[in-house]
Amino acid sequence: MIEVKNVFKSFNETHVLKNINVLFEKGKTNLIIGQSGSGKTVLLKSIVGLHDVDEGEIVFDDTVFNKLEFKEKKEMRKQIGMLFQGGALFDSATVEENVMYPLDMFTEMSLDEKRDRANECLKRVNIINVNELFPSEISGGMQKRVAIARAIALNPKYLFCDEPNSGLDPQTAILIDDLIKELTIEYNMTTIVNTHDMNSVMEIGDKVMFIYKGEKWWEGTKEDIFDTQNKELNNFIFASKLSQKIRELKNHKN
Amino acid sequence: MGLFNHVGKYFLLLFRVFSKPEKLKIYYRETIKEIDKLGLNSIGIVAIISIFMGAVITIQTAYNTENPIYPKYLIGLTARDTLLLEFSSTIVALILAGKIGSNIASEIGTMRVTEQIDAMEIMGVNSASYLILPKIIATVLFSPFLCLMSMIIGIFGGWIAGVATGVMTTQDYVYGIQYAFIPYYIVYALIKMAIFAFLITSISAYHGYYSYGGSLEVGKSSTKAVVRSSIFILLFNVILTQLLLS
Repeated sequence: MIEVKNVFKSFNETHVLKNINVLFEKGKTNLIIGQSGSGKTVLLKSIVGLHDVDEGEIVFDDTVFNKLEFKEKKEMRKQIGMLFQGGALFDSATVEENVMYPLDMFTEMSLDEKRDRANECLKRVNIINVNELFPSEISGGMQKRVAIARAIALNPKYLFCDEPNSGLDPQTAILIDDLIKELTIEYNMTTIVNTHDMNSVMEIGDKVMFIYKGEKWWEGTKEDIFDTQNKELNNFIFASKLSQKIRELKNHKN
Repeated sequence: MGLFNHVGKYFLLLFRVFSKPEKLKIYYRETIKEIDKLGLNSIGIVAIISIFMGAVITIQTAYNTENPIYPKYLIGLTARDTLLLEFSSTIVALILAGKIGSNIASEIGTMRVTEQIDAMEIMGVNSASYLILPKIIATVLFSPFLCLMSMIIGIFGGWIAGVATGVMTTQDYVYGIQYAFIPYYIVYALIKMAIFAFLITSISAYHGYYSYGGSLEVGKSSTKAVVRSSIFILLFNVILTQLLLS
């Protein structure tokens, strides 16, 4: 469980996050949605500690993460896995070396054990026979899956995904979504996904938080979204003609 | 204020770079890789430039000392002292600032803008130390070898050019090379080179590490890394010369 309490974050005079309060539940995929520039990525990076918040607390289970000392924070980070928008795989390392990297840095495993664990993670994300290839030699969807394999290599308690579907075709995007959902249940992790992809919301949104101009504007489940009267959320969700059509059909059916 | 900001950030970065490494074995492996990438891969360019510079110094000295009152061995002596005192350390360092400085800044800068450094930080890795310390150790250890190699090849180039153009004999050149030789000049050059290597690597890494934006910013960081490394090499050349030779 991760709880964000009264969080404020500014860059110079720009107030990006304004009094955010939210609870992300364990074993569920928690989604942060919102328009580009609404503060989603800043919130996610503040939660993982890449940005220091100006005010407020980020609580990981019983630990106030943003108030920890540098060394304690470093220890805590070993329980965190993150999937970045572009994958953020190390260009100079092969697929296998990328997945082995956290094991190299933080475990005393032998080379064979590390290789076995890396292969296990790669197999779990349906990546086979590309161990010796470099990230630039595999597709975008495969890069994302390798990044997920690297994120789960140390059996994390918390998984963060920043726009995991950006740049992917709809079918591959669904595969990635399903994978995130399955791993969340399998590893009983607290997963937070940052997205503006409505397909993701419908596929995996156990809990959804809508952020608008740096403020928490709405929260609920994917089922609640269709019935919301929140104007800004409706404008965001039903921006496309396809989603408007779906809403019309649903209303007609009701 | 901008200058103080840079100086402060640079020293804070160095503090992180020299903090206790996560795993010595991994750092050792990375250092070996960096010696290959930054050191061994620079042998070619240093050798080519040194042989031609040695040749040019010899020929120019010969044509500027044609007066019979100047002994011919003066050519060898001038070539030796020029190479030992300035060329093989300062000029080679300036060349390395262009080659390895831009390499380091663009590599680390690209890692920054593609969030690879963030990925390391999330895992709990001290990215500054992991990425920069092996490069500093590799260049500081290996660049004195490049300096020594440059001296030998430069002197050899001078001999080839001098004899081939007929401006002096082998005997004159060898006598000049040995005449009034001060071994401390080699130590002086090696110390200078090690310090220049530290400046090149740390300044370039600093510019790469604090790159933000996209490929354009990485390019700008790379250019700044080369320009500022070169300026600091020249500045420290004056300081070290005064300290070590006075």
